Amino acid sequence: MTDGRPPAVVHLPRSLVSLFPGTERRMEARGVTVAEVIADLDARVPGLGNRLLDAGPSIRTHLNVFVAGERATLRTPVPPGADVHVIPAVSGG
Amino acid sequence: MSQRVSVLVGTSKGAFILDGDAGRRDWRLRGPLCDGWPVNDISVEPGTGALLAAGSSPWFGPAVWRSDDFGASWTHSSEGLTYGDDGPKVARIWNVTGAHGSVYAGVEPAGLFRSRDGGRTWEHVEGLTNHPTRPEWQPGNGGLCLHSIVPHPDDLDRMWVGASAVGVFETRDGGATWETRNRGVRADFNPEPNPEFGHCVHKVVLAADAGGHLYQQNHCGVYRSLDGGRQWQEITAGLPSEFGFVMAAHPRDPLTAWTIPLTTPDQGRLMPDAAAAVWRTHDGGDTWVRSGDGLPQDGAYLGVLREAMAVDRLDSVGVYFGTSTGQLYGSGDEGRTWSLLADHLPPIWSVEAAVVD
Repeated sequence: MTDGRPPAVVHLPRSLVSLFPGTERRMEARGVTVAEVIADLDARVPGLGNRLLDAGPSIRTHLNVFVAGERATLRTPVPPGADVHVIPAVSGG
Repeated sequence: MSQRVSVLVGTSKGAFILDGDAGRRDWRLRGPLCDGWPVNDISVEPGTGALLAAGSSPWFGPAVWRSDDFGASWTHSSEGLTYGDDGPKVARIWNVTGAHGSVYAGVEPAGLFRSRDGGRTWEHVEGLTNHPTRPEWQPGNGGLCLHSIVPHPDDLDRMWVGASAVGVFETRDGGATWETRNRGVRADFNPEPNPEFGHCVHKVVLAADAGGHLYQQNHCGVYRSLDGGRQWQEITAGLPSEFGFVMAAHPRDPLTAWTIPLTTPDQGRLMPDAAAAVWRTHDGGDTWVRSGDGLPQDGAYLGVLREAMAVDRLDSVGVYFGTSTGQLYGSGDEGRTWSLLADHLPPIWSVEAAVVD
């Protein structure tokens, strides 16, 4: 249950929000795990989940998710009001 | 001439569009499009004129991009473009082709997906993945990719696909079942000289006579088939190399086709003798004619990848190709003479010609 909990504050990379015009880089989302937070984001920005998640499901290989500053997986708990950062890996050329 | 040609270019750093004037002499470049995503293929959806781009972001995964205003704005989706949570991850989209009222996407690892709503949602064409040879498919150097999608122009249930290093398959029942179509094609790297599958097909195209007349550039030679791929005949004789990636067929003359021979992999996959040339046949591959007129003939260490050649359908057919070092060349006289249309692009992965009425 997430009722009454302060939502997480999700920080999205510019390269992601540019794919969904009108989306802000800072969004509030509800959920007690990273998976639930991403599902909540996807409900409001359809298609966003597919950009973050691969089959499995799993977080895409070259993306990193941090909850309150700690590297996270989809199962990582999200404390009330926590900051969740989605950060593309530094890769490519 | 009221028709204009736009050349759609997929590169490692986004899509580009060259809009031509009525004479196909002056070109205006737009891009990078699709947010700079690597784009393996761009095509035009028949009927709507929408542009479809096969994008694969290193961070955000694969998606098919769609533009209904000829590249001014784009949407994207990969909804359903998955083998499922228990299946392999879709790494890249290699080909996107509109046909038969649907849009098809060929992906890596090799498989085929179909969209019935213009690319918004996708469904797996399971019949190909369920082929009994699937557990033994092995990747070529470019990956286990389904790169050629060749719909029959009239028979909506009929289609060919090509996958490296697997070979050609044909369906005659709308994708429910598939049969291998590799007889007569060499697989010199295989200990079995005539395997049913395991062929390194690089590109398959359909000739204009609508009867199942196909051309194929393979790792091991160039081929034609007059019976829908049931039997292939090698037509490499007369070319300077059996290796190459591209193949293009004339939109009206089934005996005319183009290819670009490259040196073998151990020699770099480059145009032979550092001299750029396109080779064409006017007799179905019995003989070949070289044309380097207008192309660099000295110090040209150029490669051309499998999707990077296309033809338009104007009266004097335009032929276009892009190099892996970012040059785009075009010919307005069916490949006899050439000119540089754009330079300094990112590595070019695909070229398509769109005729704008």
